[in-house]
Amino acid sequence: MKKQEEVNSIRQNISRCTFYALSVLLLIYTLPSADAQKIGVGSKRFTESFVLGEIAKRLLEDAGYHVEFKQGMGGTIIVWEALKNGDIAMYPDYTGTIQETILKSATPLTSEQMQSALAEHGIGMTGELGFNNTYAFAMRRAHSDSLNIHKISDLQDHPNLKVGVSHEFLKRKDGWEPLSRRYGLQITPRGMEHALAYVALNNGEIDLMDAYSTDAKLAEYDLAVLEDDLHFFPKYNSVFLYRLDTDLAAIDAIRTVEGAIDEGLMTRLNAEAERTNDFTAAASLYFSEVEHRAVEVAPESFVSKLARWTARHLMLVGISMVIAIVVSIPLGIRASRPGLLSQIIIGVPGVMQTVPSLALLALLVPVPMLGISPTTAIVALFLYSLLPIVRNTATGLQNIPIPLRESAAALGLESTAQLTKLYLPMASRTILAGIKTSVIINVGTATLAALIGAGGLGEPIISGLALNNAEVILQGAIPAALLAILVQVCFDALDRLIIPRGLRLEEASQQAGTGE
Amino acid sequence: MNENKITLRDIEMRFGDVVALHSTNLQIAAGQTTVLIGPSGCGKSTILRLIIGLLTPTSGAVEFEGVPVSQNNILALRRRMGYVIQEGGLFPHLTAAQNVTLMARHLQSALPEDEIQAKLDELCELTRFPQEGLARYAVELSGGQRQRVSLMRALALDPDVLLLDEPLGALDPMVRASLQTELKEIFGRLGKTVVLVTHDMAEAGYIGDSIVLMRGGRIVQQGSLDDLRERPADDFVSEFITAQRSLIQL
Repeated sequence: MKKQEEVNSIRQNISRCTFYALSVLLLIYTLPSADAQKIGVGSKRFTESFVLGEIAKRLLEDAGYHVEFKQGMGGTIIVWEALKNGDIAMYPDYTGTIQETILKSATPLTSEQMQSALAEHGIGMTGELGFNNTYAFAMRRAHSDSLNIHKISDLQDHPNLKVGVSHEFLKRKDGWEPLSRRYGLQITPRGMEHALAYVALNNGEIDLMDAYSTDAKLAEYDLAVLEDDLHFFPKYNSVFLYRLDTDLAAIDAIRTVEGAIDEGLMTRLNAEAERTNDFTAAASLYFSEVEHRAVEVAPESFVSKLARWTARHLMLVGISMVIAIVVSIPLGIRASRPGLLSQIIIGVPGVMQTVPSLALLALLVPVPMLGISPTTAIVALFLYSLLPIVRNTATGLQNIPIPLRESAAALGLESTAQLTKLYLPMASRTILAGIKTSVIINVGTATLAALIGAGGLGEPIISGLALNNAEVILQGAIPAALLAILVQVCFDALDRLIIPRGLRLEEASQQAGTGE
Repeated sequence: MNENKITLRDIEMRFGDVVALHSTNLQIAAGQTTVLIGPSGCGKSTILRLIIGLLTPTSGAVEFEGVPVSQNNILALRRRMGYVIQEGGLFPHLTAAQNVTLMARHLQSALPEDEIQAKLDELCELTRFPQEGLARYAVELSGGQRQRVSLMRALALDPDVLLLDEPLGALDPMVRASLQTELKEIFGRLGKTVVLVTHDMAEAGYIGDSIVLMRGGRIVQQGSLDDLRERPADDFVSEFITAQRSLIQL
């Protein structure tokens, strides 16, 4: 009896600790920034966009704003939608992209035409920052010399070249298809992640890739850029897009960059970012070069960054798991009874599981109230966590032997009491195994939250992909893997507390029995 | 004393196309031990499940003290009946003591702790279950001990009726014989209405005041062992009795 009391008090302590931990998580999540006015800055998922975003962040912070920098949110459409929804107030983009992808104009637009077309969406555009980052085609220099390819039209005679281009370029109006029509090319390209394409090109796995004219990698890998001899590519002058309802003081702060960055400077900033693996360092270089301002901002230490990523990661996993458990167990109980509804309850989360996580995030972003936010990530993680718990709860209950069910009913217990006192404890091992599976999947999937600016250990992974730097990728990947192992260990310990001793003895004796 | 505790009135039980019980009438006398016996699949366990409401009859009614058993009164009635099955039906996550006291602690009119302890002591003595076994889980008990705990659980609320479905069927012959003796003594001492299902004629004759012999979903004959032996209703009754030969006849 004494022992039972001890176990009870340990259980109480655990549930109390869980409660406090959750309260803290919720507090961190909902805590408003106390004093400064909050402003969201976004960026796309490549080095230059990260760097320009960091520059904007510094400018706004110096102007007294509390800046939430959602870096590497995704491609143009995701960031544009986030801007329109008000998830962010501004982000850097290019005139060519605005014309082709956002305004979908077939004809070239003047700056004024773009301004007025954007204004219809409630969006404004700064003046040009001073450099043109147009698309270009890059080849290994030796290869281009040996085949004598120096202009894009030279490609007509080489239909067997292996071409890898970014997914966005593959689909753009000024992308691969119209370009190959204009130049009469017969090559079939593959879509691939931009940062990875440089490695593939350098290794000889592909022969030609799309690049941006300010990419630091062009110099780093000594690549030859093919001349756009038919002037196919439009101008990609860099600008900032902002919501028209943004504070004037904030817009003024950003405007100080207009005309301040030429191609040479941008290429150096990109190179600095890739050399130091630190976008803030690149932004600092901008301030020291342009404003001759002393740079005293100490870069955030790795430990502090790791702590921040991990805390956010745990928050995403924690909140989504608690909601998933609260929702899944009742669903699992219902699904343990025969019938069509049960098949639906098991089937729907099953279908959810087959949607690729990236696609699920992309589908959730346009949903009202969600957008680019940790909430969207939590919703996605919640949806992914349902199936193992629902299915295991249903299976655990269904697997209770009929004699035990009949004995439970024959006692004269109400059905709720049968469930809580007998069925759920008897199924506890299976249910807990489902929860364990869910958490481990969840810890891994939560790395994708960084794609929509929700942070977590995916942040360094995505930065690392943008930088094509394995070391940075591992800064997120290793802690995420360790976290999954830690979760496993914690749950094994939790088994001893939650699964009744009688069930564990039964399992042990069954194992001994089969071992004989 | 001779009033009927439980009555089955024109009961028919079908599972899809299979008829488990053909139109059946049965009176179970209060304070006596009635044994249901017959070959496998004859419907004897079905009768027990109907009485405790695990099954609802296709037609006809089960009456408990003259009141038809229904969804409205089944919970209260189950608390006046104890149910023991062949495997014991002990809940594996609870200790022997927790299995026995589950209902006593659950009910709103829960007994004070010292009375629950006193009841446990009394039941241990009655069923000759060792006190030190109370903290064990089902998996740590022998087959005979499990049946003793199961009987204690069935008796915990001091029910009017005990329903036992082949309670000794899974035990080895020595344990079985000694438990038969004990059961007979316990039933005699408590004076409860007992319905016991078995396929062992010797057990039926030894424990039962009244024997109900069944075959293929019908009652063939009801009476004392002597009635069945001396005035068999048909050849099947004689065959069934003589088929169970004892060592003495060999």
